[in-house]
Amino acid sequence: MNDLLQIRVLQVLPLGWDLGWALILIPLLPLAGFLLLGLFGRKYLQRSSGILATLLLLSSTVLSLYTAYGYFFEFGKVDGIYQKIIPFQFTWLQFSPGVSIDMGVILDPISVMMLVVVSFISLMVHLYSLAYMKGEERFPTYFAFLGLFTFSMLGLVMSSNIFQMYFFWELVGVSSFLLIGYYYDRPSAVAACKKAFIVTRFADLGFLIGILVLAFYAGTLDFNTLIQRLTSTSAPEFQAAIASSFLGVSALTWALVLVFIGGAGKSAMFPLHIWLPDAMEGPTPVSALIHAATMVVAGVFLVARLFPVFSMSPPALDVVAYTGIFSALFAALIACTQTDIKRVLAYSTMSQIGFMMFALGVSGWGGENGLGFTASMFHLFTHAMFKALLFLGAGSVIHFIHSNEMKDMGGLRKYLPVTHITFLIACLAISGVPPFAGFFSKEEILLAAFNHNPAIYWTALITSGLTAFYMFRLYFSVFWNKEATVHGEHHGEGGFAMMLPLVLLAAGAAFAGFIPFGNFVSTDGKPLESAFHLQFSIAPVLLGLAGIFTAMWLYKKQNDRPASIAASLSGFYKAAYHKFYMDELYLFITKKILFNLIGRPAAWFDKNVVDGMVIGAGNTTQAISEKIKQFQSGKVQQYAIYFLAGVIGLAVLFIYIWK
Amino acid sequence: MMEPGLYHLLFISAALFFIGVFGFFTRRNLITMLMSIELVLNSVNLNFIAFNKYLWPNRLDGLFFSIFVIAIAAAEAAVAIAIIINLYRSHQSIDVENAEEMKF
Repeated sequence: MNDLLQIRVLQVLPLGWDLGWALILIPLLPLAGFLLLGLFGRKYLQRSSGILATLLLLSSTVLSLYTAYGYFFEFGKVDGIYQKIIPFQFTWLQFSPGVSIDMGVILDPISVMMLVVVSFISLMVHLYSLAYMKGEERFPTYFAFLGLFTFSMLGLVMSSNIFQMYFFWELVGVSSFLLIGYYYDRPSAVAACKKAFIVTRFADLGFLIGILVLAFYAGTLDFNTLIQRLTSTSAPEFQAAIASSFLGVSALTWALVLVFIGGAGKSAMFPLHIWLPDAMEGPTPVSALIHAATMVVAGVFLVARLFPVFSMSPPALDVVAYTGIFSALFAALIACTQTDIKRVLAYSTMSQIGFMMFALGVSGWGGENGLGFTASMFHLFTHAMFKALLFLGAGSVIHFIHSNEMKDMGGLRKYLPVTHITFLIACLAISGVPPFAGFFSKEEILLAAFNHNPAIYWTALITSGLTAFYMFRLYFSVFWNKEATVHGEHHGEGGFAMMLPLVLLAAGAAFAGFIPFGNFVSTDGKPLESAFHLQFSIAPVLLGLAGIFTAMWLYKKQNDRPASIAASLSGFYKAAYHKFYMDELYLFITKKILFNLIGRPAAWFDKNVVDGMVIGAGNTTQAISEKIKQFQSGKVQQYAIYFLAGVIGLAVLFIYIWK
Repeated sequence: MMEPGLYHLLFISAALFFIGVFGFFTRRNLITMLMSIELVLNSVNLNFIAFNKYLWPNRLDGLFFSIFVIAIAAAEAAVAIAIIINLYRSHQSIDVENAEEMKF
């Protein structure tokens, strides 16, 4: 019993860094906030709940930064290689010797990087929500849910065991569900949160089966051991996983593809992306935190976490790469036609995550080959900054205009100066204009794709041009275009609490690109020199600028050019506007095919056979008792006759038959 | 004149028993039914005494049993009459056919 609870310190950290406590506190502080606000918030902390949650998260963020500093600069590096450190771990559930679910913390470059991203963005969103959600009746509940989400996400990135990660993975799904459905009196929000939950849960089934297959072959659930066993070609576990195959594909590839399905569900990759645009029904800061910056990159993180194993299976990597690039292009095309500001951003998120995915897919292992991995993580980092900024900026606009529709906006640059400038920075960053953050990370991704697969490179190049176009379409439609129609007195930009996160994130979006990311994050832990090729950058930047100027030509002033172009491309435009009919396709498959072919027969079987047996048993009993209830007539003398008959019967039995 | 034997007594006992049972089944008046039960009990007493006398003449077990039965019959009669009086109070009648509410 004691063994279970005992915290096993695996590695004593040098330099007196007492990281154990700091690390446990990082996720536990938001959890404490969740419990406190969830239990007592509505009753006692209606006003102070936001401040309380923000302060808790501030402590978490400080601890994360402290950890990151320590890891990257003090103790993480041994002989020039970043180590995987497990400060503590305890066995939670032992299945058999070797296979157990451990609860632990793993520190390696990606988990530390994610710690910083998650806690920082979450802090920004908390701060922003203080003003944005002010006056909501369920204000404390909102912050409680945010705390739950932050706890789960931080737990997810620090998981040292694949099953532990799965727990947090599901917790993240639940908190996303709760937050999308925050406005539970709106039917659309209820439908959206159900959709998000069901779709991601469906994908998680793949993840779970993948985990089981991996655990079956590797004989462990521990990340480190699992990676060790499945990456050395001489290990018997690896041999077994390669040797056994199903439908001509090795078990290893199957397992990885299944795990990737889980990741694709969370990360909204085609064809499991349908929940993401609808998830915009949640409050806008939630969209910024969960459905743009942190949770949706969990899939990317998962692939990155298992990347050493993925790199042993080129087919699985191809699946990742092609899914990623297809989703990137697909979402970018849809984003060009949407009119709801948040939906444009949602599709742009999907597109950018597609970039991260295919960057992983085209990456190799070790040294220069690992450029894609570094680029993907770099893009994740910068994307978190500028996408959170875009969403928070959109939140300011929505807060101001009280509408999500772009046609209600226009000319807002005069009314929302801070939002305007920060939004512009974010748009420049996502479009890959130097020297903003997105330029550097996108450049690395394109370079990785160029070195590996030209088809993916060219598609990615077109997509990045499209990205610039639709982002600036959004920018010009909201801040320029027609004159603003502001009714009555307006309430400005929402004060300091809303502007501070915008400014901080804008600084991140502007300067994060100068971080020499390759020095910190690479496949094998050795610093990766990312060479900068000027001539290589020319094409993407020019394409991006072309996209920007096209958008400017079309949308800066009110005119009928966009409409006429849309008319000339009518069929294609309509298809993209209707999101290529993916929702309709899903509805067709589920309602017409699944419900009719499987649902109805199953319902018939249940109603007639299963229910029939139960109801039949009841009916028979009733009929029989109806017949025999006359025996209980209430007539004493009848009872006496039965009694006598019984006695005579017994007498006959004992005298003549039983002798 | 013939000495009455065991079979004579048993015959009378059986006759008493069935007369009692018949009365119990056919009479509707509770007092009469009670009297029928007394007949049944007395047939049992007669059986005890007859067997005692003819099978184990030197022992007294059968006699004691019949004394017990007589005592119990007295108690039973008291209880039964109390029940009948209560029934009369609630139904204004002591006819069994009027007291058959306790049914399905």
